[in-house]
Amino acid sequence: MKGNEAFAEAAIREGVDGYFGYPITPQSEVMEYLTSEKPHERTGMVVLQAESEVASINMLYGGAACGKKVMTSSSSPGISLMQEGISYMAGSELPCVLLNVVRGGPGLGTIQPSQADYFQSTKGGGHGDYHMIVLAPSSVQEMYDYVELGYELAFKYRTPVMVQSDGAIGQMMEKVEIGDQKPRLTEEEIIKNCPWATTGKTSNRERNIITSLNLESQVQENHNRKLQKKYREIEANEVRFEEILCEDAEYIFVAYGTSARICQKSIQILRKKGIKVGLVRPITLYPFPKDHFFKMAGHIKGILSVEMSAGQMIEDIKLSVEGKVPVYHFGRMGGIVPSPTEVADFLEHQFIKG
Amino acid sequence: MEESITKAEIIKPENLVYKKTSLLTDKVLSYCPGCGHGTAHRIIMEVLDEMGLQSKTIGVAPVGCSVLAYEFMNIDMQQAAHGRAPALATAIKRLHPEKTVFTYQGDGDLAAIGTAETIHACNRGENFTIFFINNGIYGMTGGQMAPTTLEGMKSSTTPYGRDWHQMGHPLKITELIAQLPGTYYVTRQSVHTPVSVRKAKKAVRTAIELQHQNRGLTFVEIVSNCNSGWKMTPVQANQWMVDNMFPFYPLGDIKVDGELVKK
Repeated sequence: MKGNEAFAEAAIREGVDGYFGYPITPQSEVMEYLTSEKPHERTGMVVLQAESEVASINMLYGGAACGKKVMTSSSSPGISLMQEGISYMAGSELPCVLLNVVRGGPGLGTIQPSQADYFQSTKGGGHGDYHMIVLAPSSVQEMYDYVELGYELAFKYRTPVMVQSDGAIGQMMEKVEIGDQKPRLTEEEIIKNCPWATTGKTSNRERNIITSLNLESQVQENHNRKLQKKYREIEANEVRFEEILCEDAEYIFVAYGTSARICQKSIQILRKKGIKVGLVRPITLYPFPKDHFFKMAGHIKGILSVEMSAGQMIEDIKLSVEGKVPVYHFGRMGGIVPSPTEVADFLEHQFIKG
Repeated sequence: MEESITKAEIIKPENLVYKKTSLLTDKVLSYCPGCGHGTAHRIIMEVLDEMGLQSKTIGVAPVGCSVLAYEFMNIDMQQAAHGRAPALATAIKRLHPEKTVFTYQGDGDLAAIGTAETIHACNRGENFTIFFINNGIYGMTGGQMAPTTLEGMKSSTTPYGRDWHQMGHPLKITELIAQLPGTYYVTRQSVHTPVSVRKAKKAVRTAIELQHQNRGLTFVEIVSNCNSGWKMTPVQANQWMVDNMFPFYPLGDIKVDGELVKK
């Protein structure tokens, strides 16, 4: 199964209520797979091709405000168009799962894999003080698994969750273990789970209003404080990462997604040469494993951030280690995926001996 | 000789001739005195009340003067980003086909920034209702040119009058969407006289009833005034609307039962 198809199948089996999307390479397989699977017959799921990414994200707003499980997928330029809507959803505290199959930019850029949207996803992206949870799969299995995890977190914290993949993970084919079909939630279940949702004002409650507007500054600041409290809670409870061969490591690669797979091969090359190197793979790009890097910094010689970008995640690593250990960046841009050898060579010759 | 009626008698239930619908909240309207929004809010809420739809209705408020519509309408509501109300309503209605769904939008929201969402929701034949308040100006931001501003009309961004050579023509979006096969009922009304209010209320009811028949999008435009933005008294503004807006935006049904009735 392709990564994009695994994501789409996971959506049906998760009991997602609605998918709203717009075609863009390299993720069009998501909507193609969904429409070919006739999810309206399998589960009653709504799949709609919108007139633009702007419309798609606002359809998510409308559906999420009703307490429904809604989803979209896109790639970098389309995700840029959605930023306004994501900001509104963060402001209105609406849950949803978004997939960004990242391609090279800026502008129309390239359709090849990239990781250059890290800043946009993890720092907010749209206007105002907000974050969304960002999950970074590095396999087709994780493309499948992070749909369920995404909704769990999205509804737990009433926040948009982004699954940030790239063109390589989206297009690559691997074996996938598939879960059971979950039923879609009934209206009664939604009213119980999401008492805030606009489901129609009944006589037993006040009307529900979903808005991000607070004209009074003090009310808006109180809302901002509430959001920030939620982000601190997410940072305390939801950090996820994987460590590979870090016990004896003197040098650490930090990489996610496709780059993390390349670094595993680079580790093999370097360990054969006697260079003790390991990998930390952040699974949540936000919340970032800050504390973990701070603790590590005391007993390693250096960190190499490997990203398919000009170096974006490296800023978070540097902030985390507070200058205790040198942090370098190696990356390729423009949709070029670095080879394990060039990553290994950089660590050996530029970083260690350089 | 006429008998005078005491206050105690006036408030007796049997003497009650009009009562504010419970679907309007007690919050004081934020609209300028003389503005048509209040009346438009009232007739929509009265229709929903009379049809017993409070618990089944989800409304969508726009960005513009009516951004706070949810403060006054006693139903579940969502507040959309500028121009995107038809996208929200599309998802709400598709995910809740049994609910009554409407958007309430001004001319800048519906016919400028939200043109794509408006046209595509209409063209897909989404089964919700759009209430479109057209006063030819951006009221909330202080009276700038709207897509529906008439030629020669002054606004804060067309201080010498709208000249189509520079600013383009006023957009008859209602006639435009009436051409689309996805719209089933399209009408243009006003709320400036008791007669027009009754007609407009009837149109609102028709639109909601047709929505329940799932025949496509129903669209009620209400040509209204903006005495503050037009820099006129309420009485002058209504007269100016009759003299200038109605000739360009003529009142009446444009599409009935899926057929154009007016060219």
